[in-house]
Amino acid sequence: MSKVPYEVYTEDVEALSVLSPDGEVINKDKMPTLTDDQLKEIMYRMVFTRTWDDRAVNLGRQGRLGFYAPVSGQEATMIGSEFALEKEDFVCPGYRDIPQLVWHGLPLYQAFLYSRGHQHGGQIPDGVNVLMPQIIIGAQILHATGIAMGFKLKKQKSVAITYTGDGGSSEGDFYEGLNFAGRFKLPVIFFVQNNGYAITTPFAKQTAAKSIAHKAIAAGIPGVKVDGMDIFAVIRAVQEAAERGRNGEGATLIEAVTYRFRPHSLSDDASKYRSKEEEGQWNEKDPIARLAKYLEKKGLWTEEDTLRVREEAKATVNEQIKKAEQTEKMTISGLIDTMFEVTPKHLEEQKADFE
Amino acid sequence: MAQMNMKEAIRDAMRVELNRDPNVLIFGEDVGNVGGVFRVTEGLQKDFGEDRVFDTPLAESAIGGLAVGLGIQGFRPIAEIQFIGFIFEALDQIVIQAARMRWRSGGKYNAPIVFRTPFGGGVKAAELHTDSLEGLIAQSPGIKVVIPSNPYDAKGLLIASIRDNDPVFFMEHLNLYHAFRAEVPEGEYTVELGKANVVREGSDVTIVTYGLMVHTAVKAAEQLEKEGIKVEVIDLRTVSPIDIDTVMESVKKTNRVIVLQEAQKSAGVAAEVIAQINEKGILHLEAPVLRIAGPDTIYPFAQIEDTWLPNPARIIAGVKKVLDF
Ligand SMILES: Cc1ncc(C[n+]2csc(CCOP(=O)(O)OP(=O)(O)O)c2C)c(N)n1
Repeated sequence: MSKVPYEVYTEDVEALSVLSPDGEVINKDKMPTLTDDQLKEIMYRMVFTRTWDDRAVNLGRQGRLGFYAPVSGQEATMIGSEFALEKEDFVCPGYRDIPQLVWHGLPLYQAFLYSRGHQHGGQIPDGVNVLMPQIIIGAQILHATGIAMGFKLKKQKSVAITYTGDGGSSEGDFYEGLNFAGRFKLPVIFFVQNNGYAITTPFAKQTAAKSIAHKAIAAGIPGVKVDGMDIFAVIRAVQEAAERGRNGEGATLIEAVTYRFRPHSLSDDASKYRSKEEEGQWNEKDPIARLAKYLEKKGLWTEEDTLRVREEAKATVNEQIKKAEQTEKMTISGLIDTMFEVTPKHLEEQKADFE
Repeated sequence: MAQMNMKEAIRDAMRVELNRDPNVLIFGEDVGNVGGVFRVTEGLQKDFGEDRVFDTPLAESAIGGLAVGLGIQGFRPIAEIQFIGFIFEALDQIVIQAARMRWRSGGKYNAPIVFRTPFGGGVKAAELHTDSLEGLIAQSPGIKVVIPSNPYDAKGLLIASIRDNDPVFFMEHLNLYHAFRAEVPEGEYTVELGKANVVREGSDVTIVTYGLMVHTAVKAAEQLEKEGIKVEVIDLRTVSPIDIDTVMESVKKTNRVIVLQEAQKSAGVAAEVIAQINEKGILHLEAPVLRIAGPDTIYPFAQIEDTWLPNPARIIAGVKKVLDF
């Protein structure tokens, strides 16, 4: 099994690509080993996630969700990277990385509750190794670094993965996390989804670096760039990074070049900062269509399968949003009681203002 | 005179100052091309060019520190922190570096910076987008904290802040950006920093407040008026320094005070106002000064913010309590 090339200097780095846009494996050496069932499972998750994203946008417009950041277009980076991990591995997400949480075990209705600003959304069930989505860009990178140190100290062969965007790679926290991970040789994967924009700011105005993968050099860790619309390239890169982590070889930075088809959030208008042509070009790289072509050729997937999964996803989303809506409302007293293990006297008194 | 909402008034202040002084610069995340997530700086890059109005990479500490460096070079930066919760990334640069520049350099350098940031609840924003952190900044010496409650004040206070030779932390309540329009003079005018405004006269009780809560207090006062209770409402406009003289004049008249803030109760601006009232004239009081504020919890984003935020009913109950003391 030859390795993903990770040594980058100042020249341009080619992104690792395994699957061509028309569904051919063009890089056999780097093709991850996946059974037919696994291939179908991956496709299932991608179609499911796309449908859920479509529904979430509608629910948002109807006022049934709160803050929601769309994900369509990023299914390969999100689902591929999570798929390459074990259940014991820890996922430290940003606000957009809800699919990774759900596929790692967070019940969907809790993701909806989180969006609606309900505390229970963040009460992650036991045995699900994820953090709640982070709003402060970059903070989760340092948490992942700490969790990875925990794995190392406990001699547990697990890894932590953390996600941010191209914008997030400009934060001080990003550099501090990378540097610590390099210094302490920690089993952490820094996964940057470079979708070309940080809200309205294009990549060219974010950094003068040739790539985000280059930023690994200064921290003394390997940096890899992958085609983020190619799920096999993503899986392969994360599998290798996880293997390095488990073997005590330390951290990896992965830059996945991807695109979100929708605007940054439900409250902004992408036409103000990006062109229709650009959107069209990226549409042709749709990670779902690409994998579908590959699977159809192998006789593992049909159009009917897609329709079936879409129906199933719609039904699940409906049921889960209802469950979220039926969850008992928070109260101020309940909020006060979750501030400390033992509620101090002044807070007990403050409850009276709300009764 | 033009009719403007608060957002337009703030934009107009920046336009006036960009025109007047070539050293004024605006920068922050997304403020350039599209004019920020609330479009407060919309059109300014187009009119003043990318050297004067520009997007930065996503890095708040760098935005704060860049402003400090530019201030040393004689520029007058207006640095936008996209939402209040993200100032923590920049706090060292704001409350240590900028706020101490004059003192540390023995007066050789100053930091004529305005840090602008939206804040404030009631809009169902995401976590950490709405917290009221004015108390945190107000406790830091060397920086002024300004919070306008209406379009006229917003423009005049912002122009005064830009012209101030020391750093100003300028907080814009999200719920006031589009709340209403008011007459705003064209061109230049300033509203003095550190000067409160009596927005409603009354003789029975004084409510001291600022920001969105000025409007909540006025609503409560209008209801109390129907019962014959006359409430005076004071808008601090600047929460550091506090205009205690205006507050004391009112205290001497009404002898009863409520301090109202949206922020969590403990150790904040309200506590400071009460401490100063005690220092200046406890003998003028007929009842203990009451604080109405958010409870000391994490800000409850979306789900129950309407219950959490102070409302007219809580204020009315408070007023009756101090009257019945
Ligand atoms: C510390 C901090 N600063 C600013 C923001 C506001 N903000 C939210 S998303 C965003 C852009 C993020 O861009 P990127 O990292 O590229 O991620 P993307 O959403 O494109 O995946 C900004 C500036 C924030 N949430 N946290």
